[in-house]
Amino acid sequence: MANATDTKPTESTRRDFLMLATGAAGVVGLGAVVVPLVSQLAPDAQTVAAGAPIDLDLAPIAEGQAIKLFWRGKLIFVRHRTKKEIDEARAVNVASLPDPQADQARVKEGHEQFLVVYGNCTHLGCVPLGNNPGDPKGDFDGWFCPCHGSHYDSSGRIRRGPAPLNLPIPPYAFTEGTKIRIG
Amino acid sequence: MSGHSSYVPKTGFERWLDARLPIIRLAHDSAVSYPVPRNLNYFWTFGGILMFMLVAQIVTGIILVMHYTPHATMAFNSVEHIMRDVNYGWLLRYLHSNGASMFFLAVYIHIFRGLYYGSYKAPREVLWILGVVILLLMMATAFMGYVLPWGQMSFWGATVITSLFSALPIVGETIVTFLWGGFSVDNPTLNRFFSLHYLLPFMIFGVVILHVWALHHVGQNNPTGVEVKNVAKDTVPFTPYATVKDLFAMVCFIFVFAYFVFYTPNFMGHADNYIPANPAVTPAHIVPEWYFLPFYAILRAVPDKLGGVIAMGAAIVVLAFLPWIDSSKVKSMSYRPIARQLFWAFVVVCIGLGWLGAMPAEGGYVIASQIFTVLYFGYFVALFVVGLFERPKALPNSIADSVLGTLQGGSGARMGTAVAAEPNAKG
Repeated sequence: MANATDTKPTESTRRDFLMLATGAAGVVGLGAVVVPLVSQLAPDAQTVAAGAPIDLDLAPIAEGQAIKLFWRGKLIFVRHRTKKEIDEARAVNVASLPDPQADQARVKEGHEQFLVVYGNCTHLGCVPLGNNPGDPKGDFDGWFCPCHGSHYDSSGRIRRGPAPLNLPIPPYAFTEGTKIRIG
Repeated sequence: MSGHSSYVPKTGFERWLDARLPIIRLAHDSAVSYPVPRNLNYFWTFGGILMFMLVAQIVTGIILVMHYTPHATMAFNSVEHIMRDVNYGWLLRYLHSNGASMFFLAVYIHIFRGLYYGSYKAPREVLWILGVVILLLMMATAFMGYVLPWGQMSFWGATVITSLFSALPIVGETIVTFLWGGFSVDNPTLNRFFSLHYLLPFMIFGVVILHVWALHHVGQNNPTGVEVKNVAKDTVPFTPYATVKDLFAMVCFIFVFAYFVFYTPNFMGHADNYIPANPAVTPAHIVPEWYFLPFYAILRAVPDKLGGVIAMGAAIVVLAFLPWIDSSKVKSMSYRPIARQLFWAFVVVCIGLGWLGAMPAEGGYVIASQIFTVLYFGYFVALFVVGLFERPKALPNSIADSVLGTLQGGSGARMGTAVAAEPNAKG
């Protein structure tokens, strides 16, 4: 059967070359298009810039009190722990925890009374209760997440429930006395 | 199942158009002369109802966008503006929000119809899988739409559901950040959800066209599960038989829809969503919309974060594999004594999971959710096992036989005349 699409071998090599060249250009082009299309989903410059460090004085926080603040749009808890809460957090056998971490590793040396943690449950991101005086604090004197029932202890470590990890510690340091800089 | 076209252009213009774009022929062949099994019951009207709901959602949605502002600081107030200031804004919004619930109500009935009558079996596997794709798209659309009013439930629903992806190992956190466009759910999240909420209904529409195409290629299943053998005896033309029946069912369904819209428009909503989004406080009891509750219960039943997410996804995806899981050759459960009981048990399990999903995740509710989750997946295992040994009841020889009854082995020719003489014998 002879028709216009029939080709001799010499001609097909030319078409093969065009096919390969076009295909290669297409793949490179596609990759070049995908990069901006996906990259635009990432946090934009404004959002990233809003992550500049913030200064905070912890002195007004009374013992047993906790406050909430935002840094980079993320919720942070700062808790002034009582002696009892610190002792409880340190009495536990670290190896027995779901996400083993000593309380000493979660606070700054010499400022054991201040616990600074991200305030979103590591399960699905709800805000655990326990900052206000009337709140349920869970079975371990820390926080209780009402969404799916995770209990955090007075060191912000996960003790029971579906959350896999301890409440993370944001990057911060004591600058002078009771002042901290987050970020 | 559709034979050759019976369309005859009547006017000169129709002949002219038919030679250039046979669109009237297409409409005639698929909505007028198209043969439908004569024994369809009212469960077969939900396809038409769903088409109506999709169009209703798109129309009300496009109008709402004319008054809505997709911005974290203005979205909540713009919805209140629609409710209070826009002429009939309250009606349009209530139609849209209750419409979502009605859409899911209809789709779940449609799905259970398919499960009961074995509509997923050969040759309708692709038709069925397209349906599962539509269900997934509907879920994504409904979820993103619920975020737009930017109330407390919107915000925390968005947080919880997007956080599901953080369960994935290694890439999880990055994916969540890319979904959010920030380090928490915020304005960028609202904007992209708005964009996608506008897009997805049109994608649904596209897949619906494929769904209907596949349906019209293989023909409709029917309550006996016996395929059409003789088009003249087993089927009736789509118009007027199916058209009138579909429209009648649609009107009845619209009555139910209207009852919710006009008498109890917030019945299926949550009061918390009338509180503006507050990223510092999670409502004490957050639950998704009712149509997600069974899957939410499965998510919470698994004590492991990643495990829960996988189980929830599997609960939907498993449906797509049903054509190959069900080992029985008999389609309709009417002829399957054991599988029929399993089916009704499955219905109870789904409703039970829905109820458990609305309860707090503690104590006995968690244990019950775990039992029901096992039962949910157990249905699919049981369907495979039962098909291997179950003895089905005798199937009718044909659809016409099943409709006209008492004709076990009766003469087909005689029946043919009876049908021709009285086409309205059974709608």
